[in-house]
Amino acid sequence: MKTDDTTVAAIEIRDLHKSFGKNEVLKGIDFHVDQGEVVCVIGPSGSGKSTLLRCVNRLEEPDSGQVVVEGIDITDPETDLDQVRTRIGIVFQQFNLFPHMTVLKNLVVSQRKVLKRSKAQAVEVARKNLAKVGLEGKEDAYPAHLSGGQQQRVAIARALSMDPDMMLFDEPTSALDPELVGDVLEVMRKLADEGMTMMVVTHEMGFAREVGDKLVFMDDGVIVEEGDPAEMLANPQHERTQAFLSKVL
Amino acid sequence: MKRSTKQRLTHVPLYLVLLGVAAFLYFRTDWAAIGANFFAPEGMGRPWAGEWGTWPDLITIGAFNTIKYTVIAFGGGLALAVVLALMRLSPLRLYRWMGTSVVEFFRSLPVIVVVLTLAFGVPIAFNWQWPGGSIQAGLVALILVGGAYMAETLRAGIQAVPKGQTEAARSLGMSSGRTMITVVLPQAFRIVIPPLTNEFVLLLKDTSLLFVAGMMIDQRELATMANAMTVQGATAGTSTSFTQAAMLYLVITLPLTQLVSWMERRQQRAR
Repeated sequence: MKTDDTTVAAIEIRDLHKSFGKNEVLKGIDFHVDQGEVVCVIGPSGSGKSTLLRCVNRLEEPDSGQVVVEGIDITDPETDLDQVRTRIGIVFQQFNLFPHMTVLKNLVVSQRKVLKRSKAQAVEVARKNLAKVGLEGKEDAYPAHLSGGQQQRVAIARALSMDPDMMLFDEPTSALDPELVGDVLEVMRKLADEGMTMMVVTHEMGFAREVGDKLVFMDDGVIVEEGDPAEMLANPQHERTQAFLSKVL
Repeated sequence: MKRSTKQRLTHVPLYLVLLGVAAFLYFRTDWAAIGANFFAPEGMGRPWAGEWGTWPDLITIGAFNTIKYTVIAFGGGLALAVVLALMRLSPLRLYRWMGTSVVEFFRSLPVIVVVLTLAFGVPIAFNWQWPGGSIQAGLVALILVGGAYMAETLRAGIQAVPKGQTEAARSLGMSSGRTMITVVLPQAFRIVIPPLTNEFVLLLKDTSLLFVAGMMIDQRELATMANAMTVQGATAGTSTSFTQAAMLYLVITLPLTQLVSWMERRQQRAR
């Protein structure tokens, strides 16, 4: 099912609507991420950016509109959602590591149960990804014994162990102590350099400027402005973007 | 006067009251009667002389059956509880309704009524005999009642597992069933170990109600056996067998609660 056709967008979203009760969180979003592209999404809290990200693998059920991942419409009830999800790695704000498993087991379990990899192969992949995030030697530790930054890097390694085609990051550094943010961003930067397709909801403007290929500013359920990160951060066109950036920069 | 001395002086009356109560009980008690009635040497034996009284029978039949019945009732009840808890959390309204009905029904009836109904009512109603005898009916009753209680505990445990755990598992491509088995249930069980121990101990004691179903001599559990031994055997006419049964219940239960608190401490480290 994996496609190497670079003409197909990694993520293509058309006219997406989503409400929680009477509160309309997404008011018709058109959004796309090309293969190999790093797209950062910024905006005030409550602007709908996390909901947009969660709609990409249907953790949130869209009310209307289309979400197409590598040419497959995931809003189609016929789509094998579990299969598509193995190709989309997600990293959460709260890490969500499995606390009853060691680090290694966290990385191995879904490879074994979902991808049906052999134990030896799963462990090999896990060790390779632990090394990649700079945590070799932590295989037997439980998540509770790691710092927040280490936990988040394990979470990244866990997502990578499924060999996903793209990675979604939902405010990956927002729950971290400031001195631990750097290590996580460093890992993400490395991933981007390797050509991973990434969608990053973040408040880290520095990361967006240096690593992002495209910057998207959302407010009140709509995409207000998008463009080249450096240009947009230096010279925002829209009034709401200017107001937001003047507060955070 | 120093503060500590003063404090000690105020404690004196408290100790005196305690001493008074102890003295009253000591002199009021008929020690000879207690010895003869509750600690008859025919039952307690004289271990130092190599006489073991009625202990061997009580342990190999009574205590053994008590543990056996408890393990069966707890194991069966826990399996039933998982099914009932998942039914109560089902997205299908009919399943939720069925789960709730079963739980509420068996939680509301006294255990003894359920045992009697299954042992004597069911054979009449369906013109059918329990293949394992009426003791089997009693065990099924304990499974149903224990399962109903544990289902509620387990449901609370499942709901206490953070939603992010399910989201992470589903994002890794696990199906909802796989997520439940691999990620949610193991964490839910850890959360509910203390209340489940409680349920285990309650079931252990509820096995003493099985006698109303009627049982063969070698099927007797501790309480029933002790009851029979007050009227026949070496300790007939005394309550010694009850003392012995009480001691055995303690010997079974106390290590269990210790084991659970050890497991809790061990688990705290993994959190």
